[in-house]
Amino acid sequence: MGSALSEKIWERHVVRRAAGEPDLLYVDLHLVHEVTSPQAFEGLRLARRPVRRPELTLATMDHNVPTNDEPPEPISAKQIEAMARNAREFGIRCFPMGSPEQGIVHVISPQLGLTQPGMTIVCGDSHTSTHGALGALAWGIGTSEIEHVLATQTIAQTKPGTMAVIVDGALPADCAAKDVILAIIARIGTSGGVGKVIEYRGSTIRALAMEGRLTISNMSIEAGARAGIVGPDNITFAWLEGRPYAPKGQHWEKALDDWRSLATDPDARFDREVKIDARRLRPYVTWGTNPAQSVTIEDRVPEPDALPADARDSARRALAYQDLRPGTPVRDIAVDAVFIGSCSNARLDDLRAAADVLQGRHVKPGIRALAVPGSMRVKADAERMGLDRVFIDAGFEWRDAGCSMCLGMNPDILRPGERCASTSNRNFEGRQGPGGRTHLVSPAVAAATAIAGHFALPSDLR
Amino acid sequence: MEAVRRIAGRALPLARADVDTDQIIPSHWLKRLERTGYAEGLFEAWRRDPAFVLNDDRYRGAVILLAGANFGCGSSREHAVWALLESGFRAVIAPSFADIFRNNALKNGLVPVELDETTTGRLVALVRADPATEIAVDIERRIVEAPGVRPSFEIDDFARTRLLEGLDDIALTLRYEVDVAAYERKRPEWLPRVIAP
Ligand code: SF4
Repeated sequence: MGSALSEKIWERHVVRRAAGEPDLLYVDLHLVHEVTSPQAFEGLRLARRPVRRPELTLATMDHNVPTNDEPPEPISAKQIEAMARNAREFGIRCFPMGSPEQGIVHVISPQLGLTQPGMTIVCGDSHTSTHGALGALAWGIGTSEIEHVLATQTIAQTKPGTMAVIVDGALPADCAAKDVILAIIARIGTSGGVGKVIEYRGSTIRALAMEGRLTISNMSIEAGARAGIVGPDNITFAWLEGRPYAPKGQHWEKALDDWRSLATDPDARFDREVKIDARRLRPYVTWGTNPAQSVTIEDRVPEPDALPADARDSARRALAYQDLRPGTPVRDIAVDAVFIGSCSNARLDDLRAAADVLQGRHVKPGIRALAVPGSMRVKADAERMGLDRVFIDAGFEWRDAGCSMCLGMNPDILRPGERCASTSNRNFEGRQGPGGRTHLVSPAVAAATAIAGHFALPSDLR
Repeated sequence: MEAVRRIAGRALPLARADVDTDQIIPSHWLKRLERTGYAEGLFEAWRRDPAFVLNDDRYRGAVILLAGANFGCGSSREHAVWALLESGFRAVIAPSFADIFRNNALKNGLVPVELDETTTGRLVALVRADPATEIAVDIERRIVEAPGVRPSFEIDDFARTRLLEGLDDIALTLRYEVDVAAYERKRPEWLPRVIAP
C-alpha cells in the first residue's frame, strides 16, 4: 500500500525510532515569535544550553506590536525587547518592528520562500498549520517544546493519523477559500481532525491560488487537526521560484524532482475521507463562539432546540454571549467594526478582493474599519498597486503589519459588546477583546459588510 | 518536572465542551516573560460570574478538573497549563483533549485523563451531589478511583514513565546526539538556511 504525502514527510524526518516511544523528528525550520518564546529562552539560559541550529531558526514580532504610530504598551515593549535580546544572545535572525521583512510569522516565511515542500516546520503557535499549503508538514507546539527544539533541533512526537478532505467542483463566484474551510469545519466539527493531518485534495483545491490554500491550511487547527497539507504542484512551484530562500539553479532542479515525488501515492489509504461539493457552497458567517458554529449568509441564526442534542448547550451559551436571537436573518445583523487582517486573510490576494468591493464606496458611518496587511512586504506590494488609497478613501484605517485585532494582545481591541465582521480565524469569547463579539467571514464579505453596515455580499451593494 | 504517581482530592465539575485556551487564560496574560503568575488569569472572564463553578467555595482546593470534550482547543499557549497548575489542579479528566494542550500538559506534569462521556458524566454527578467526594488518579495503575466508579484510562508507556520519573525531555534527547548528527549529514543541500544576523 502506498503512502500519503504527510506520511512520506514524516518518515524522512525520523532521527530515532524505538518501540513504545514517540518518534524523534528532525525540524527543518523553527519559527519563533515574541509571545510564546521568552520562557523557552530563559530555560536555555538556566541550563546553559545553546541553540543548536540558529540558521534553521527565524524570529519575528507580530502578536503584540502596535500597527499604528503609537509606541507599544510598556508591558508589550518588555516582551518585544526580550525577543530582540534573546535573538541577539542566541545568534538568531530576527525581523523586529520597523524591519521591511517584519510581519505575521505565518505570512513572512512563505513569502520569503523559507517554507518549502517536504519540510518539517514548527512554531509556538497553533496556526503553524498554514505552511502546509506549500506541502510542508507544519504544526504548532508549546513553550516546553520550543525549548526542546531550540536545544536539539528535534521534537518527539507520536505519529498522527491521516485524513483526506476532498473538495471538488467550481466554486460559486461569490465564494472564497475562507468559505471552503468554514464549510469543512461546519461539517467535521471542531474536533473532527484531532490526532490527524488533513490533506486537502480535489479539483477545487487544485484550482486555488497559493493565497487561498494558505487560508484553508491555516484553519486546520480550528477543526482540531494536528496539521493541514496540500500536495505540491505547479502552482506551488511557480509561487516559490525566485523567492529569496527558494533553491536556485541546479538546486532548484533537484528540489523540483524531489518535491514531485512527494505526492500521495494513488493507492494510499486515509484513515478518514470527507467529500465536499464546492458547487453547492455559499459564503459563510459564523454566529457562535467556535468556528464550527456557522451558517451561510442566506440563512438565519439557528434555533438551539433544532440542533443535535450535544450541540444545544453550547449553542445557547454562544447565542447569549453573542446577543443574537434565533431566527434572525444573517443579513439583518448589524456590526460595529470590520477587521480585514490576520494570518488567515491578510495576503495580497485578500486585500485585493476586499479593495475590489470597496472601490468607489464608503464605509457606513459609525463603523470602525481596519485593514492590517499580514507583512510589511504585503503592505508595500499593496501600496504599489494603489490599494492603500482604496482602503483609505473608503474610510478604512490602513495599518502596519501585525496580528492586530485578531487577538486582544495589542491596542486594537473591541470594546465590550461590540460586534465585528472579521477575516481572522477564531471567534472564541473575548478573542478580540473582553466582551467582544466576533463573526468570521471572507475578505469580500467583510468589505461588503463594512459598506452595508450589516452582513452583506458584494452583489447586495448597489 | 516533578515526578507524579497519584493525585487524590476534590474535583471541580466544569463540564463544558470545547473549552478553548483563550477561555482558560485570556491573551492579555501572555505578555508576561515568566512561567509563573497566571493563577489569577484562570478562566478570568467566566469567573466574573459569581455563579461560575470556580467561585463555589465547596470546591475550593480541588486538584482535579472535570471537563467536557475537546478540552484545551485553540491556541498553543502553554500558559493555559501553567495557570491550571498554579491554581492547584494536577489532573484534568475529559472525554477528549486537543492535541497541543495534551502535549503541553504532559510536559508540565499536569495529567490529562481521557474517560468516555458516560464515565465523566458519572464523576460530574458524584461531585455535584457531594463536593467533598474524593477522586484519585493513579498513574502507576492507570485507574481513576471514585465511590462506586473505578474506570481505567489509557496513557502510553512513554508518557507514563516520564510522569512517574519526572524526566527532563531535553536531557533525554541530548543522549541521542550521535543520531541527530548522522541525520544532519544526510539532509539535502538545497534546504534553506536563514542568513546569520
Ligand atoms: S494573526 Fe491571529 S491567528 Fe495568526 S498568528 Fe497572529 S494572533 Fe495568531
